[in-house]
Amino acid sequence: MNTTLTARLRGQVPLLVTSVLLVAMFSVGSIQYEGFFSGQVLLNLLIDNAFLLVVAVGMTFVILTGGIDLSVGAVVALSTMVSAWLVEKHHWPILVVIPLVLAIGTGLGWAMGWVVHTFEIQPFIVTLAGMFLARGLCYTISVESVSITDPSYTAMAQTRIPLPGGTFLSPSAVIAVLVAAAAFLVLHHTRFGRNVYALGGSEQSALLMGLPVARTRITVYAISGFCSALGGVLLTFYMLSGYGLHAVGLELDAIAAVVIGGTLLTGGSGYLVGTVLGVAVLGLIQTVISFQGTLSSWWTRIVIGALLFLFIVLQRLITARRHT
Amino acid sequence: MTKHRLFWPAAVLVAMLLANLLFTPNFFAVHTKEGHLYGSLIDILHFGAPLILVSLGMTLVIATGGIDLSVGSTVAIAGALACLYISEASDPGSVSTVLVAVALALAVALVLGAVNGLLVSRIGVQPIVATLILMVAGRGVAQLITDGQIITVTSDPYRLIGGGYWLTVPFSVLLAGAMVGLTLLLTRSTALGLLLESVGGNPVASRLVGIRAHRLTTLVYVASAVCAAVAGLMISSNVSAADGNNAGLWIELDAILAVVIGGTSLNGGRFSIGGTVLGALVIQTLSTTIYTIGIPPETTLVFKAAVVITVCLIQSPQFRAKATRRRTTAPGGQQPKPASADSKVSA
Repeated sequence: MNTTLTARLRGQVPLLVTSVLLVAMFSVGSIQYEGFFSGQVLLNLLIDNAFLLVVAVGMTFVILTGGIDLSVGAVVALSTMVSAWLVEKHHWPILVVIPLVLAIGTGLGWAMGWVVHTFEIQPFIVTLAGMFLARGLCYTISVESVSITDPSYTAMAQTRIPLPGGTFLSPSAVIAVLVAAAAFLVLHHTRFGRNVYALGGSEQSALLMGLPVARTRITVYAISGFCSALGGVLLTFYMLSGYGLHAVGLELDAIAAVVIGGTLLTGGSGYLVGTVLGVAVLGLIQTVISFQGTLSSWWTRIVIGALLFLFIVLQRLITARRHT
Repeated sequence: MTKHRLFWPAAVLVAMLLANLLFTPNFFAVHTKEGHLYGSLIDILHFGAPLILVSLGMTLVIATGGIDLSVGSTVAIAGALACLYISEASDPGSVSTVLVAVALALAVALVLGAVNGLLVSRIGVQPIVATLILMVAGRGVAQLITDGQIITVTSDPYRLIGGGYWLTVPFSVLLAGAMVGLTLLLTRSTALGLLLESVGGNPVASRLVGIRAHRLTTLVYVASAVCAAVAGLMISSNVSAADGNNAGLWIELDAILAVVIGGTSLNGGRFSIGGTVLGALVIQTLSTTIYTIGIPPETTLVFKAAVVITVCLIQSPQFRAKATRRRTTAPGGQQPKPASADSKVSA
């Protein structure tokens, strides 16, 4: 019993490191910069990164099975484009457009999962094709950016949900929190969630135990597609435009958030809470850099790269010890 | 003849070139102007040279079962460093300045490649992840070097690398050709190629039979970074400017695509340099074709997606098994059905 306890604790080391990092960054920021220590700065993290959080949640499912989804940024862009195009050029109502966009994303994800599973092609290359396809489709709709003036979209963008203490949240942030909570329940408290971990731990064992490997793998990509499309909807609210160059490199941010959150890229181990913390770390880096004022935006990339390096080496050390 | 490894990539290339002939009747015309060769075919080679180089390095990495996502960032860093050095130098037009700049860029590429290689071989990080770090951080570093600006340089010797001509042929084509030739010589006339394939096939077994698998793995990432750096020099030299943000953007994806089209399996264990060169030319021809036909260039991505998925499906044994089974069952239609269920379980 003692050994299982220590093994379980060891799996939580990256999570602990991320939490400590987060608290340390926030403390240093609060001491260093005036106005940093406020509830609204924390809530802004959520407001500004709502779409990233939703996308990273989907990515967590895929990475837990040992796969990867490079198409997320492109699916986000496609969703903004389709929304903007239908709402502005064809005046479709928002209640029709959003379900349609979500269906497109889910369908794309499902198709990629199906190809990955049926033909045993590496997820990396299949989702790469999906990425090309989704970005290319954006440009077949319009090469230019399409801005949205539809009142229901601008209302979603401008609504502020007041919270105690004079702080506020946006509807997108609330949606992102709900998605994360739902994903937490699915991943940690349902049979499907257990299947995801089992598949990531060992596909062979999962198959021999009679778990529905095919269904689990395809569903995971469909979830990622759905989350990307929803992330695209949230980004549409945030940017109020559709553009083929929206969310370039978002897949890297999402993967970085998942890794910094302590999920093993080989699959089978990780927590959804970690991903939420990972997104918070990425958001906090940007906040600190904007508060600093003198640092240029490219420092964000360098710091994310350094953190990735740190966490990946940490992961290796942990898994290496587990095997010996 | 269709059994030959290079048949399909070559066939695709020829078909695409012939398709161009329908839209531009003088597509194949090559003429000399002021002692330089001009024409669409020369353009394809000229603009395709950096991609050929990056794909060449990528082929070696993929042969060992790895992948290198950081080449785009390396392209940007190399170009940025060289241009920064030349623009700060007292005599930007002198040959020695350019040589130092080139040496500087190559030295940094050696270090970057060694970091990637050591992460993969010694620390045992998955190649996608190890090179992802440099892919993310590298763009930031490139922008740090250029300070977020586009550095322009005026230096005739530097211009030669990517935009100049030598013996009527674009210098970049000669340079790419020389590097491809050197790699072919090293991998096919010595045991090096065989060793690479064995590491890709089974790294543990290779180590047990006495191959220095760790060292070879490190070496291929270094080679890939150096190829990318030379490509970066070509790209920045061709436009006489370094752009930390956009130079070599997504070239890693094009390179992987070229390698896959060329028939190298992403699982490692075998590689074809000739195939990669053909693959890179197919991609460059695709881009050129789309420009000449007048389709918006951004939609190239849709065609690329179609090409990737087709090539991967053709390479997938499962897909081939399904396709051939369907073909054989079509006339008779009496193939027992459970066969498919069995094959799925065993796979």
